Amino acid sequence: MSVHLSESTSETRDGGPAAVPGQPGAPVLEAVPVRHPGRWVAGALVGVVTLSVVVSLAKNENLDWPTVWHYLLSDLVLSGLWTTIWLTAAAMAVGLVGGVVVAVMRLSPNPVLRVVSGAFVWVFRGTPVLVQLIFWGFLGAFYPTTTIGIPFTDVVFFEGSTSDLVPATVAALLALGLNEMAYASEIIRAGIQSVDAGQTEAAHSLGMTPGRTMRRIVLPQAMRVIIPPMGNETITMLKTTALVSVISGHDLMSNIQAAYAQNFKVIPLLVVASIWYLALTTLLSVPQSWLEARYGRGVAGARQGAFARLVASRQPKEPIA
Amino acid sequence: MTTTSTTYAVQPGPDAGADAAGSGLPMVRAEQVCKRFGQNEVLTGIDLEVGRGEVAVLLGPSGSGKSTFLRCINHLEKIDSGRLTVDGDPVGYVERGGRLHELREKEVAARRTEIGMVFQRFNLFPHMTALENIVEAPTQVRRESRRDAEEHARALLERVGLADKAKAYPSALSGGQQQRVAIARALAMRPKLMLFDEPTSALDPELVGDVLDAMRDLAADGMTMVVVTHEIGFAREVADLVAFMDGGVIVESGAPDQVLVDPRHERTRAFLSKVL
Repeated sequence: MSVHLSESTSETRDGGPAAVPGQPGAPVLEAVPVRHPGRWVAGALVGVVTLSVVVSLAKNENLDWPTVWHYLLSDLVLSGLWTTIWLTAAAMAVGLVGGVVVAVMRLSPNPVLRVVSGAFVWVFRGTPVLVQLIFWGFLGAFYPTTTIGIPFTDVVFFEGSTSDLVPATVAALLALGLNEMAYASEIIRAGIQSVDAGQTEAAHSLGMTPGRTMRRIVLPQAMRVIIPPMGNETITMLKTTALVSVISGHDLMSNIQAAYAQNFKVIPLLVVASIWYLALTTLLSVPQSWLEARYGRGVAGARQGAFARLVASRQPKEPIA
Repeated sequence: MTTTSTTYAVQPGPDAGADAAGSGLPMVRAEQVCKRFGQNEVLTGIDLEVGRGEVAVLLGPSGSGKSTFLRCINHLEKIDSGRLTVDGDPVGYVERGGRLHELREKEVAARRTEIGMVFQRFNLFPHMTALENIVEAPTQVRRESRRDAEEHARALLERVGLADKAKAYPSALSGGQQQRVAIARALAMRPKLMLFDEPTSALDPELVGDVLDAMRDLAADGMTMVVVTHEIGFAREVADLVAFMDGGVIVESGAPDQVLVDPRHERTRAFLSKVL
């Protein structure tokens, strides 16, 4: 029997009892979700392709897993790994601290500071980091001696050979750190500018100086905007340190290259490098989500980490009236 | 000090000398205050005196310069000419050789500690709880101990009826609650003058009452207040002085009964007929 939704539903023409929707005795209408056959096709297709790639990788004898295991924890790789880690950390530290300085300079009322910081960003963001890396690596050819003193006078505190003063690792740190400074400053500037001007006014009205306002009120709020892109920058930096191999920086990639230059086991050694880079980038996402939760405090709808959710669940949130 | 001794009582500052206290010197005195934004003359000669313990309400259509004038009082806006003093001291400037020399940031900040301000959009610090908002300036600027500051903050939250919201972040508070926390935050610095910039304009109508109650309470305690508002009822009930502004000048000022009930100027009458 079909259910009529017309006005005359209650009057039945074939003599049987009428089924009235919404009244006792009405048949329960079951909702049937729409079928998606396309999803099954797409899933099967991608599954088969993926499986074939995995199988071909596993069967490929050139991959040479014994060599991979042999090198994975070797001293050569581990020492390179260590260099990669500290180089990433140091370059990001230089980039972050310098980036705050450059960002504040760009927002300064002083036109000289604005122009100089703008030019800095223009140069270091506008040239490839590979070029900058080689440039710093060959600094000794550009400035054979380095002199530290008071500009435009004869006062000299220190004078020495540039190549002694700037070995490959220092050159790598300079190149990566200065490049990062340019990018970080733009991220930090955007973060600072995202904070409502009323925040600064409120802090000023309470007698806080501009410096204290920046440290206590503006930067903590800017962090919420700054952290996600800076997390990306850190992951990018970790991988960019591989470029240091062009000036033999003894990082993970340099050491891997040194190894396969001798034994020609290029593919297994690149797999070793990939495993370590993947492991490190995976680890890096942990502090990022923790920091995002930390600086998302007080923001409705901010993404919370597992820890923050745990804490929040213990103090009931008041509804917004 | 002439202020009565209450929880909000003013602590005599270093420059509240013997001659300032009790001499009948007004808390706020403006003489021919002018302010331009580029070519746009926003204030074209403001004269106003607000006595100690008085509540002054600034009325006027939008764009009349009342908020700008209020912001000049604590130097959030810089005046271009004229004289503007709070408790006898020029705001943001020092007078030397017939000119106003702008003070350095630190000195301006020190003067602002004595002037509390409440904003239309509350401007609570969203990354801090209500309690942290209130203790921020006393601990950071005044170097009060965390314990004393928190004790004072809890007393202030109690005063504005939000004792149970100490740990709430601003995003979890209603507009009216946020504004009352903002009032408590300003009071935590024990100011001798409170400025209110349209404190109820961003609120839902049913939340306005709580904020006005907190302000009434404050006025009854003898706090000197300058209030920009459209709440004519509040002005009539609480104000000692009502000033009507239009076109960057004070068109007329006086007791609320006079200005609000029997205004002398056509412009005041026209404005009141629109808002009443």
